[in-house]
Amino acid sequence: MRAGLILFPGINREGDAVRALRQATGAEPAIVWHAESELPPGLDLVVLPGGFSYGDYLRCGAIAARAPIMRAVSGHAARGGLVLGICNGFQILCEAGLLPGVLMRNAGLRFVCKMQHVRVENAQTPFTRCYAPGEVVKFAIAHGEGNFIADRDTIRRIEGEGQVAFRYCDAEGKIGDASNPNGALNSIAGVFNDRFNVLGLMPHPENLIDPLVGGVDGRALFASLAA
Amino acid sequence: MKARVIVTLKSGVLDPQGKAIEGALKGLTFEGVRSVRQGKVFDIELNGDDRAAARKKLSEACERLLANTIVENYAIEIV
Repeated sequence: MRAGLILFPGINREGDAVRALRQATGAEPAIVWHAESELPPGLDLVVLPGGFSYGDYLRCGAIAARAPIMRAVSGHAARGGLVLGICNGFQILCEAGLLPGVLMRNAGLRFVCKMQHVRVENAQTPFTRCYAPGEVVKFAIAHGEGNFIADRDTIRRIEGEGQVAFRYCDAEGKIGDASNPNGALNSIAGVFNDRFNVLGLMPHPENLIDPLVGGVDGRALFASLAA
Repeated sequence: MKARVIVTLKSGVLDPQGKAIEGALKGLTFEGVRSVRQGKVFDIELNGDDRAAARKKLSEACERLLANTIVENYAIEIV
């Protein structure tokens, strides 16, 4: 497994993603600057880490989604290569049209930074195969714009095709308004594209890889990718 | 040539910022405020004076960057 991270101005979670990838793969991921027009040869996985690319100007992820490197990322995805977008990376993938929907301002208007339970909705993908179906895990969330919405037909399609990756829930796995931190439709915390080689999610699994800092529930995601 | 592009949220899309502004206006005791929706305005200067071409170019700019047409509408005024 050879992984590369895309670095946009304003991204600040790349260190955490590097640590998680290094732990899972035993190799150092490549760092790719956004102004490049090509990815290093032989990458299996491209990661768009979290942060605040371009200060969230215009719309979250909107400007990064039009950066030169994104054409290469789209090509990588079209060839079946794996792409993972975390938090701002998820917003960028939606803005780039690689994932359905859009992430709007949190319904409660506040930036939410806390631990959050999520339920694994599809454990048969390259990103989630080391989780059990329906497993409830604890990730960190830290975002102001994580309110996932899409039109009715898109929601029906992604629900029907198993493209919902993770859903916000409580500690028992129950879904509802009380356990939905941002108002996302159907409590959607992460989605796949229709070929299941692109995943975007708002929570930060890369922060849950060490028992010293909150738990290891994120390890299985990176282990799935490295398997 | 000068143009103004106005981007607004589609009806039915939740606008928590608009709601907060609406609440603040009501707090200032402005009478008769029924609702507030927040949008964006882009003032753009363009070379040339072909209005139809400008409109076409700006429409493409909206589709590709200025608006996310999943949740936003746009309007173009050549001024």
